[in-house]
Amino acid sequence: MTGVRVAGVGLTPFGEHAGRTGRDLFAEAALAALSDAGVAGDDVEHLNYGNFMGALAERQGHQAPIVTEAAGLRCAGTRYEEACASAGVAVREAVRAVRSGENDVMLAGGMERMTNLSTAEVTESLAVAADELFEVRAGVTFPGAYALMARAYFDEYGGDREDLAHVAAKNHANAVNNEYAQYQREITVEQAMDSPPVASPLHLFDACPITDGASAVVLVSEEYAAEHDLDAPVAITGTGQGGDRAALQDRTDMARTPAAADAAAEAYGDAGVASDEVDLAEVHDCFTIAEVMALEALDFFDPGEGIGAARRGDTTRDGDLPVNLSGGLKAKGHPVGATGGSQIAEMTRLLRGDHPNSDAVPDATVGLTHNAGGTVASAVVHVLEVAE
Amino acid sequence: MSESDPDPPANTGYDEWADALADGGYFIECANGHGSLPPRRVCPDCGSTDLSEEPLPETGEVATFSEVHVAPSGFGEEPPYVTAVVGFGSVRLTGIVRDLSAEEVEIGTAVRPDVERNDATGNRLIVFRPA
Ligand SMILES: [Zn+2]
Repeated sequence: MTGVRVAGVGLTPFGEHAGRTGRDLFAEAALAALSDAGVAGDDVEHLNYGNFMGALAERQGHQAPIVTEAAGLRCAGTRYEEACASAGVAVREAVRAVRSGENDVMLAGGMERMTNLSTAEVTESLAVAADELFEVRAGVTFPGAYALMARAYFDEYGGDREDLAHVAAKNHANAVNNEYAQYQREITVEQAMDSPPVASPLHLFDACPITDGASAVVLVSEEYAAEHDLDAPVAITGTGQGGDRAALQDRTDMARTPAAADAAAEAYGDAGVASDEVDLAEVHDCFTIAEVMALEALDFFDPGEGIGAARRGDTTRDGDLPVNLSGGLKAKGHPVGATGGSQIAEMTRLLRGDHPNSDAVPDATVGLTHNAGGTVASAVVHVLEVAE
Repeated sequence: MSESDPDPPANTGYDEWADALADGGYFIECANGHGSLPPRRVCPDCGSTDLSEEPLPETGEVATFSEVHVAPSGFGEEPPYVTAVVGFGSVRLTGIVRDLSAEEVEIGTAVRPDVERNDATGNRLIVFRPA
């Protein structure tokens, strides 16, 4: 089995790209990744592309051949859809393709265009990730589902809205220097507390924004990197995926995310890395409570301890385990089908030392990314390490 | 997006189940005692295909809830509304709470299931009323 290197990464700025097509967004990220890698497009053997709601937002299904063409590639492509974990799965399958020896050069990433829809339409489109019969028909929105989880968490373990507000403030602070982030500005805990309710107990500043954007990463075999003398110091050494019942009502415990725990256990085992060896993490904070539950599922904190992590400073940029130095989904933005790829891109930059927040973790060698679909009915975890 | 939406599909198994909630309702039980909801050919917990319909307990307890302030377009329910997951023995149902405000609902509040028609979508709507 060959090792897998991240040869290059590319992102569009996350935010509002009115008047630009999804294919154009993805092409920008793909060309940036190929340029960063120093790899010719003709060497790419397959595109793994994540997208969730393009059929609703752009009336465009069958996107893989369209974005392959737009990126100037002359290979085949496959679209992966696993709600907000779409690009995470696309990267994972690219890792597996390189490891198997089948491919030496893969482009993986994703794109989502969301701001051309009204807030109510986005709410409706995102709700498609929930169980149509048992949740969507009952009026459960995406924020509403996480609100149900947050209430269950508070009831089981304690914690309150102010704890969650600290998560939001932390991630906004991290986004200030990130040129790709949608919100490059700080917010206070008080502002988060005072924002309007969306679905109690969650308020507006507990939620990630509606975002357009694309991500791309070039993954190559170690042999290809050596043959072509690529500067590719970061390796993906672990990958894992977990699944769970789609509807919250069918889960044993609505305050936990076992799909993420399973994905993490697989990824840790794959990499031969223990959770206490991880130096920094990018986790799926579509809502502030999601970051809390991720920290516990990833075995960074015991059940009930994750809620206070940001408030205590454990996960701030000067803490023992900085989490979401990119700004996270909360402040960087969450173009759903692109997010998993953007986490790999940000972690690669953080570990290479060329991210604006790399100075927070100058000696970091092990990073983890966690990408979740829906209310974590799907989860993908990757371990990235500095290989040389 | 609504002008081109297709007619909603028939949901054999689900629709009958939802309609029955007006009279107390039922759930699916496998030979090993696991509860689930239709349509169902196999128990998702153990794989048993020996399934039977059993009456739901008359009342359930709110397991978690939220007051929703931003609703999907065209859903028909005027926000704010209270959505809840309610435990009935070995199964849980999700629906909208009627006749109780968000301030009156707590985890553990006893409710009974019922079904309405969602005028906006034509779909059945599971609701809970004070027990
Ligand atoms: Zn069973």
